[in-house]
Amino acid sequence: MNAYYLSILQGSLLTVAVSLCSLVVAIVLGLLGAAARLSGRPVAVAIGAVYTSVVRGIPDLVVMLLVFYGGTMGLNHLMALLGSQRNVDINPFAAGVLTLGFIYGAYMTETFRGAILAIPKGQSEAAWAFGMGRTQTFLRIIAPQMVRYALPGFTNNWLVLIKSTALVSLIGLKEMTYISKQASAATRSPFEYLLFSAALFLIFTSVSLYFLRKLNARYSLGTRRVEL
Amino acid sequence: MKWEVIFQAKNLALYGEGILTTLGLLFSSLGVGALLALVFALALTSRSAPLRSVVGAYTYVMRGTPLLIQVYLIYYGLGQLEWIQARWDDVWPWTHFKEPFFCALLAFSLNTAGYTAEMLAGAIRETSAGELEAAQAYGMGRLQLLWRIVLPSAMRRSLPAYSNEVVMMLQSTSLASAVPSMLDVTAAASRVYSDYYLPFEAYLFAAGIYLVATFVLIGTFKIAEHHFLAYLAPRKN
Repeated sequence: MNAYYLSILQGSLLTVAVSLCSLVVAIVLGLLGAAARLSGRPVAVAIGAVYTSVVRGIPDLVVMLLVFYGGTMGLNHLMALLGSQRNVDINPFAAGVLTLGFIYGAYMTETFRGAILAIPKGQSEAAWAFGMGRTQTFLRIIAPQMVRYALPGFTNNWLVLIKSTALVSLIGLKEMTYISKQASAATRSPFEYLLFSAALFLIFTSVSLYFLRKLNARYSLGTRRVEL
Repeated sequence: MKWEVIFQAKNLALYGEGILTTLGLLFSSLGVGALLALVFALALTSRSAPLRSVVGAYTYVMRGTPLLIQVYLIYYGLGQLEWIQARWDDVWPWTHFKEPFFCALLAFSLNTAGYTAEMLAGAIRETSAGELEAAQAYGMGRLQLLWRIVLPSAMRRSLPAYSNEVVMMLQSTSLASAVPSMLDVTAAASRVYSDYYLPFEAYLFAAGIYLVATFVLIGTFKIAEHHFLAYLAPRKN
């Protein structure tokens, strides 16, 4: 165990932070996207459809480079227009979180949309008949059931998202992939450090799989399981 | 926006070369990956428990770690092993480990094989017992049964999931740009960006190329599904 391992471990905290922050952005965008696609208003439906199909058709890395380099330039143009001399640099953490959130928001949109569609329409009609408003219906009737239908897709998206955080190393965020690559270059023994961070990723995915399965079991209480 | 820079012959040629590399990587890794996946899927559904757990561990690791790390491990890792360095000047097949294309191809094939094997194994397990019994009643041996009944039906049924995997692989090929001296579409865009300092135009053009390729692939799979899965569609009369 030397100092490199320690800094990879520290970098792994950054990996977790990037994943969790992007997840929050993705869930918010996913809920908004699903609401837009199900709203029945042509403009909102079209925006939602373009968002999900375009984002899912472009590699994460390209979107990330576009946001990081393009965003920096765009911001600097904006600053110049506003008459400021300062040069802004987008911080790789923010760029990574925003891009990953934006990309996985599209996947979450589809997951949430499918989950909402899986709930029988009669249930929200019954809630309206009871005098609940739209928000109340969503919070009391739709959301709790939506979790159950969305969890399998959500689990997949989350696992892919964790692994995608390795890409943020390519725009210079010093998370564990970045550090392990630097460490392998410095010590000329790439296997140990890269395998170490691969193992950490494996631990993250396994641990989240374990908890998400528990959560799934919790939210599936009282549902009859179909056996073939 | 200075789109005219992108449409200069020199830069279009750069993107063209990138498209060739991306498509070459995509189809060759899908081909190698599919062959490996077939073998792995048979191992995953075999009767031998050790075989199942070894291949299961392989797919678990491949699906649980980022592709970027796998690319690094093969490109930087294997190339540093003395055992390989001693051979890569003259002993085939180790000579290939010097080529970035081969390293990227190997990493992508091994990765897609892990995902595809699980997909195919799932479809094999879901083959209805009645079909197997019928085949056995006809006197088919295990190999015949596999070749004539199980595989044709399992491969057809895994087609929709496989189309997702193919699109994912197309996007994953952009990681080849992380390997120096590989010129795929993303790397071409990065080169144009650094030559002209035009990030929006360079990367948006690349995004457009990927988008078109994605839609073409999805369309092709729709047609293939229509053709190969017609027998599973609901009755029309």
